[in-house]
Amino acid sequence: MWTPSRQEEGVAVTNIESILERHAYEAHRLVQILRETQDALGWLAPETLTCIAHRLQIPRVQVESTANFYSFFHIRPLGEYRILFSDNITDRMLGNQALMQALCEKLWLEPGRVAEDGLVSVDTTSCTGMCDQGPALLANYRAITRLTPARIDEMAHLIRRRVPVGDWPPEWFHVEDNIRRRDVLLDHGLAPGEALAAALDRGPTGLLGEIERSALRGRGGAGFGSDIKWRSCRDAWGDAHYVICNADEGEPGTFKDRVLLSSDFDMVVDGMCIAGFAIGASKGFIYLRGEYRYLLDRLETRLAQRREAGLLGRDILGRGFTFDIEIHLGAGAYICGEESALIESLEGKPGKPRIRPPFPVTHGYLGQPTTVNNVETLALAALIAVRGGEWFRAIGTPASTGTKLLSVSGDVARPGIYEFPFGVSVAEVLEAAGATDTQAVTTAGAAGSCLAVSEFGRRIAFEDVPTGGSIMVFDQSRDMFEAARNFAHFFAHESCGFCTPCRVGTAVNARLMDKLALDRSSPYDLDEMERMHHLMQGASHCGLGNTATIALRDILAKFRPAFDRRLHSPDYEPGFDLDAALSQARRMTGRDDAGAHLTDNRSAHAGGHPSEAKP
Amino acid sequence: MTSSFLLDGEEVPFTPGQTVMQAASAAGKYIPHLCWHPDFAAHGSCKLCTVKIGGGFATACTTRAAAGQDVENGTEELTAKRRTLLQLLFVEGNHFCPSCEKSGSCVLQASAYEVGMLSPHFDHFYPDRAVDASHPDVLLDFNRCIMCELCVRASREVDGKNVFALSGRGAKSHLIVNSESGRLADTDFAATDRAAEVCPVGVILRKRVGFAVPIGQRDYDARPISQRVVEKLADGEQEAG
Ligand SMILES: Cc1cc2nc3c(=O)[nH]c(=O)nc-3n(C[C@H](O)[C@H](O)[C@H](O)COP(=O)(O)O)c2cc1C
Ligand code: SF4
Ligand code: SF4
Repeated sequence: MWTPSRQEEGVAVTNIESILERHAYEAHRLVQILRETQDALGWLAPETLTCIAHRLQIPRVQVESTANFYSFFHIRPLGEYRILFSDNITDRMLGNQALMQALCEKLWLEPGRVAEDGLVSVDTTSCTGMCDQGPALLANYRAITRLTPARIDEMAHLIRRRVPVGDWPPEWFHVEDNIRRRDVLLDHGLAPGEALAAALDRGPTGLLGEIERSALRGRGGAGFGSDIKWRSCRDAWGDAHYVICNADEGEPGTFKDRVLLSSDFDMVVDGMCIAGFAIGASKGFIYLRGEYRYLLDRLETRLAQRREAGLLGRDILGRGFTFDIEIHLGAGAYICGEESALIESLEGKPGKPRIRPPFPVTHGYLGQPTTVNNVETLALAALIAVRGGEWFRAIGTPASTGTKLLSVSGDVARPGIYEFPFGVSVAEVLEAAGATDTQAVTTAGAAGSCLAVSEFGRRIAFEDVPTGGSIMVFDQSRDMFEAARNFAHFFAHESCGFCTPCRVGTAVNARLMDKLALDRSSPYDLDEMERMHHLMQGASHCGLGNTATIALRDILAKFRPAFDRRLHSPDYEPGFDLDAALSQARRMTGRDDAGAHLTDNRSAHAGGHPSEAKP
Repeated sequence: MTSSFLLDGEEVPFTPGQTVMQAASAAGKYIPHLCWHPDFAAHGSCKLCTVKIGGGFATACTTRAAAGQDVENGTEELTAKRRTLLQLLFVEGNHFCPSCEKSGSCVLQASAYEVGMLSPHFDHFYPDRAVDASHPDVLLDFNRCIMCELCVRASREVDGKNVFALSGRGAKSHLIVNSESGRLADTDFAATDRAAEVCPVGVILRKRVGFAVPIGQRDYDARPISQRVVEKLADGEQEAG
């Protein structure tokens, strides 16, 4: 393993010092400080954490707690190269598992383990938002798309020859926008700042009036009325107000915010400025998910250009309005998309949802009134500032006005972004994307419902099929059990661990699904998942736990044969194989006669459930 | 002016600003809980105090009492949910009550008895959690940690030390202490700290006093927790320990 020399240690301390200085020794910037420190030093060693705690004058446990919460931070050395395969169900359908296996074999590695020489580790990560161009992976946290066996081959060579990731073939890092259908948003035709100027003309009250008339509802999933959110934030008392653009986009199967940031960033920035103008804020944050790290430099550059052009910063457009934006990068935690967890993360803490009330609109970032909005919501607000609320309201359906960006992936001929007015049927979307022989469609990533063929006539709208924009398509060849199992593992991995039902319940579900996958289950196990669904829905602290079992239960109800096929017996089955458990003892004792084997597993636990013992 | 709400059909008075839990406790009513403690701000993580208000679920420790509220607490539906939550906590850690020093004065165990939990039901996770015996006066047995963060809060708010924190995410959540070595001996923790006494389960254990009170004669051995908690609150005693 790599150990630093004295000289290198000196360099390390200088590195940390300059990073801390850049962040003004502010403890609430801890997530950014840790990320940059890790970038510079390779990993977050115990003495690094101590040093940071000391310099920020905060308890060391606080630093360790944050460092150990996020998937992309490591407090143990993980090799010079860290390869993380995106493991969403769409990546699986595109063959990521075989590719990962191949890379591991070429590098003589086991997934999840660091190579003996400390060179490389290979593991999986949750959906990286590249479903339209998967299978994808992150190499030292930089996204690589469209993996093929040939690319994997070459990657193994590059790693063995210690070629820095920055020198790998540039085309590997190419991320497409894949916009397939444009409507009013993607076809806006507005110049940067045009929407902002229109908003300044209307004044805060006029602007809020247009947003209200538009009946715009948040595109982050919950569909909360944007005018109500902005008004309550504006009315809340505070020393400062903040606007946060939620670009955490962690829901499996969604990538529309990535495309908006990449191809329509000015619209998003205009939207943030407008929100700031409406609520009386002068500062905004973009919380960009760690997986979209590759966008950071481009977005920073664009923000700087806008400052130069008078479209951001002091005295915007020469009209006395001051508003600036800072980008914070996440570090691999789906829960940070939940708005109060996002704010905790922005404050340098582990991303665990807060107790509500109070809500962020009154007590958000640093305890001040804060509005958190999705990327798409902000872009739409900009459009509304120009075209007016009435115009917007005429599009879509009565309870779901405007258009919706859909990220379509899976078994379709043309995966990518489709902008449709709300009210479009699932079948129309499938038709547009070139889906054939479709068996099922998930409409809200891992966290929402799963539709069977008979439901494809249903409409995408809050009043029928709500969606954050993740449309994953499964044709008849797919095993829906595997989709459900992938989701169960996703939630077990992404639960923040704060509350009992979700922390333990998601782990129980993942175990039950694995037991089914090993053909060791009985209907009893299916009932257990039903029971977990009833507990977690309602008892969980936040939306993650409250929605984590919806898709699982939907798939279980609608695609039951995929589960029944795997049932081993009609009675309770233990999750382990007693005879197999004895194999080690057999090897140690050198015995392999009939008496050293259990022929009937069931005899070993006569009397029912093996764990029926008094607490 | 006092107002009141209904708890399982009985009127409970409250003063504005009180939570459902605070008002219920003051009135001598027991709502099961693990992470709540009268001396600390509500945490709302164990979810044992989940009640039903107006048809929806809410945690009694974080919900403000309001006039006319109709709160369900002791229904079979809620007791069953609590039983499942407790089972989850039992299988998540390693709990061997018969050999545990905390047996009889453990809030987790007593709560399990209270809701009629007879078995852990789920397959055990058997986590691998090493014991920390480095401190001269206190033993940390992480096997029984339920992530209630009472020690975290007590150390921060009362002792002014920040000895503890939760680290990790999801099922990998675990308690850590404030030292580079990760050992309690290398912190400024003292056996007299409030944090040493607030643990509702058998994680933070004082050395050499283990079985001073024999099992069978301990706090919750004689009476169920519902009765004990109410008595203690009425006497202004400290709850855990
Ligand atoms: C587990 C979880 C993850 C979430 N992830 C996101 C996300 O990635 N992006 C997002 O905009 N909203 C996400 N949300 C919803 C946000 O909490 C919040 O409602 C949203 O950002 C509000 O923006 P809007 O009003 O513009 O929709 C998530 C919610 C939960 C419970
Ligand atoms: S529901 Fe899950 S993600 Fe949400 S607070 Fe509880 S443990 Fe964390
Ligand atoms: S901590 Fe409580 S529940 Fe756990 S083993 Fe000890 S007595 Fe039993």
